[in-house]
Amino acid sequence: MSSSHTSTISSVAAPSRRNTELAMLVFAVLIPVFAYVNVGLAKEDTVPAGVFGYAAGLGCLAAVAHLVVRKFAPYSDPLLLPIATLLNGLGLVLIWRLDQEPSLTTPALGGPMAPGQLMWSAVGVGLFVVVLLFLKDHRVLQRYTYISMAAALVLLIMPMVPGLGANVNGARIWVRIPGLGSLQPGEFAKIVIAVFFAGYLMVKRDALALASRRFMGLYLPRGRDLGPILVIWGLSLMILVFETDLGTSLLFFGLFVIMLYVATERTSWIVFGLLLSALGAVSVASFNSHIGDRVDNWLNPLARSPLNDGVTETAQAMYSFGSGGLFGSGLGQGYSRLIGGIATKSDYILATVGEELGLTGLMAIVVLYGLLIERGMRTALAARDPFGKLLAVGLSGAFALQCFVVAGGVTALIPLTGMTMPFLAQGGSSVIANWALIAILLRISDTARRPAPAPAPSPDAEMTQVVRT
Amino acid sequence: MNKPLRRVAVFCGLLVIALLVRVNWIQFVEADELRNHEDNRRVAIERYAHPRGNIIVGDKAITGSTETSGSDFQYKRTYKDGPLWAPVTGYASQAFGANQLEALNDGILTGNDDRLFFNRTIDMITGKDKKGGNVVTTLDANVQKAAFEGLGDRKGAVAAIDPETGAILGLASSPSYDPSSFAGNSNEDAKNWKSLNDDKDKPMLNRALRETYPPGSTFKVVTAAAALESGEFDMDEPTGAPETYKLPLSTNTLGNEVKGVCKDATLREALQWSCNSVYAMISDKVGNEGMREMSEKFGFGNAELDTPVRAAESIYPEMDRPQNAMGGIGQASNRATPLQMAMVASAVANDGELMKPYMVEKLVAPNLNDIEVTQSEKLSEPLSGENAQKMQQMMETVVNEGTGSNARIDGATVGGKTGTAQHGIDNRDLPYAWFISYAKDPDSDKQIAVAVVVEDASANRDDISGGGVAAPIAKSVMEAGLGR
Repeated sequence: MSSSHTSTISSVAAPSRRNTELAMLVFAVLIPVFAYVNVGLAKEDTVPAGVFGYAAGLGCLAAVAHLVVRKFAPYSDPLLLPIATLLNGLGLVLIWRLDQEPSLTTPALGGPMAPGQLMWSAVGVGLFVVVLLFLKDHRVLQRYTYISMAAALVLLIMPMVPGLGANVNGARIWVRIPGLGSLQPGEFAKIVIAVFFAGYLMVKRDALALASRRFMGLYLPRGRDLGPILVIWGLSLMILVFETDLGTSLLFFGLFVIMLYVATERTSWIVFGLLLSALGAVSVASFNSHIGDRVDNWLNPLARSPLNDGVTETAQAMYSFGSGGLFGSGLGQGYSRLIGGIATKSDYILATVGEELGLTGLMAIVVLYGLLIERGMRTALAARDPFGKLLAVGLSGAFALQCFVVAGGVTALIPLTGMTMPFLAQGGSSVIANWALIAILLRISDTARRPAPAPAPSPDAEMTQVVRT
Repeated sequence: MNKPLRRVAVFCGLLVIALLVRVNWIQFVEADELRNHEDNRRVAIERYAHPRGNIIVGDKAITGSTETSGSDFQYKRTYKDGPLWAPVTGYASQAFGANQLEALNDGILTGNDDRLFFNRTIDMITGKDKKGGNVVTTLDANVQKAAFEGLGDRKGAVAAIDPETGAILGLASSPSYDPSSFAGNSNEDAKNWKSLNDDKDKPMLNRALRETYPPGSTFKVVTAAAALESGEFDMDEPTGAPETYKLPLSTNTLGNEVKGVCKDATLREALQWSCNSVYAMISDKVGNEGMREMSEKFGFGNAELDTPVRAAESIYPEMDRPQNAMGGIGQASNRATPLQMAMVASAVANDGELMKPYMVEKLVAPNLNDIEVTQSEKLSEPLSGENAQKMQQMMETVVNEGTGSNARIDGATVGGKTGTAQHGIDNRDLPYAWFISYAKDPDSDKQIAVAVVVEDASANRDDISGGGVAAPIAKSVMEAGLGR
């Protein structure tokens, strides 16, 4: 590891940037509040009655998060929290806006979703605070490498357990907890598995990187090192086959390949990983009808449904995007409700963004996600320890893959999968897990940017110049 | 570890760029296609989001718009006296589309027409709701009422034209339907639509424009015109025809309904008593080519007669000699729409000039500015002025002293011709009763030409039924047209 490029280690107090964060947080709260008012004016010609409650709620969450960061992670990245707050706030407005459509709030669809989502956001920020309070150093997580593996396996297998798992829209990615509602364990598994990979690869990376045979210009790993990789590949395929969830499968396998590459610096792993995932995806897609349907839908997004000649959700989403055009219809004035069903507020929430805020608004949202991802990557670059680097790249890589898979899916860039846009989409598991993810990234960046402890005071300090690197 | 990290960061950046390119592709490059895709319900929602412009007769709207509930289509079409005006307006339904004037002038009525761009822009700037323009028709409410009420429960149609301009004054079809009954998109609308389509009486068929009938003896007016134009016959010269005409190249003979008046009758007498033998002979002498030429000058064989609603093509086809002789008395494969026969009467009344029939006087913007005004247009000149006046005298004789006496109007000049068209296999079905006529008021200079057809006339099969069933309807329509 060369640290010459990342000279963040310095005992000179780096600016903490907490005030920058605060200033941006003000915008991150104000923008959704204006959006909220905008929806009310468009739909009912009045400022909605709930605006003060909403502003207070979002403002409180942001304030608590900010104060905790100021106190417990003062040197952390100043952009992550405002971006997450803005996305979460806009998500709440969009969900509330879709709640105004009677066809989307029928009892069968669970009624209005915004109040619940606000509560889950509060729980998410709560978890964020807990992580920052109790995780004083991210390296503590390294101790739990194998426990994480077990936890990840349990989380991933849960939806397959009969009686516990639930099949929604053809994908088994849900767990039903009686009395509490449903849970998407994949969202939590994403964090836990990144912890496991980071811990495992930090130990094994030398073996994986150095002990290899050269074959056709590529360094191929030894059989015994290949074992764990094939296990992960098999697990991803199992998810794909039994939970019929292309997205989660792609996410885990992609995450593993990325982390493996970063750990070993060997390009051959990428080639190897891509080959394996292509093999898995093609073979499963040709045998599994659900995945096959998704692929057909992707190739012909506007085609009518072969089942009932109706307009498909994919096509409705495309019409939403197209109808939005450059500047959109304005919040509250679009017809994304035509997508219908529960997915309008979750998987397809970007269609509402595209239609009502237009290309400009949608690009702004995508750029916000891009910024968040790149701040995560920067945290990985800045981290001083290999575990922190691997964990940060894993978490932000998972976040990036998820964003790409979901946004690419609803815009028919790639086949659609059952995942949700982090922070923006309706869904408790997602918002809670992603707040935790942001908290861990903040912790790593705080450790990375924190000034080294000042040298011990010496009586002749004034006489001697301390050479710092 | 930092080199692969940077690469991963670049890779994630590429993913984000791929997304940005994709959203630009669907929201900019392909946006128009997606926005206007036939499956995109927003197109229909927008279409029904504003009150539709109206179709106007006289200075009253015969259509309207009403707000609906329980649907994402905000406004639906309503019709005042729907069955009366259906042959003019057509329908505009949320579920079943539109036809006739509603469809042809859809751009004006919805306000989407390019010619309304300026209005739309002004409305947008001033924050007014988008409004559609109006379609002002040439129809005369009294004529239309007289026609529709005259038909009553009987199947049939009436077309009435102003001979001088070609403006359509009446266009009735019976049985009719109420376009309001399926203007929405509820289950009840669907039920009404289905039962109207399944009805064997075809209430949604616009008989005045879109149905062709054998014109029967009313076609003798065209044959007489051909005789006069050929120069071989004159109004009051004997034609040399026999009492019973043996069809050429055939053993079949053709007799007359009124006995003892047709032998060697003049053109005038033969029209007065509707002599089959005389006009079959004349048709044979003029020949198929000559008969086709004359009928086409009257508007037959025109597959693109747009009023602007397109009328069905009336045809006088190529036929062999015996068939052509029958064609001359409006039988065989000779078929005409009621509008076509009204055009025949109008050309005679207008001294030989046939004006193009039209029913849209003008299109007006929501602010009542004219967008497009229809100019009356000469279609052809089937008769010389002199021969046209002879035809007028002959047709007036029919009404004053012949089979058309039921159409007489005191103080007005009325010319007409009755007709009974046989149809069905071996002519077994009930015949069609026809009457075509024109009326002129010497005081007011008002004119009107009318064609009436009544299907399955319950009267007996003699030629008088045209005079008995159809002529009284024509009379009341003409009286309405003359303002009496």
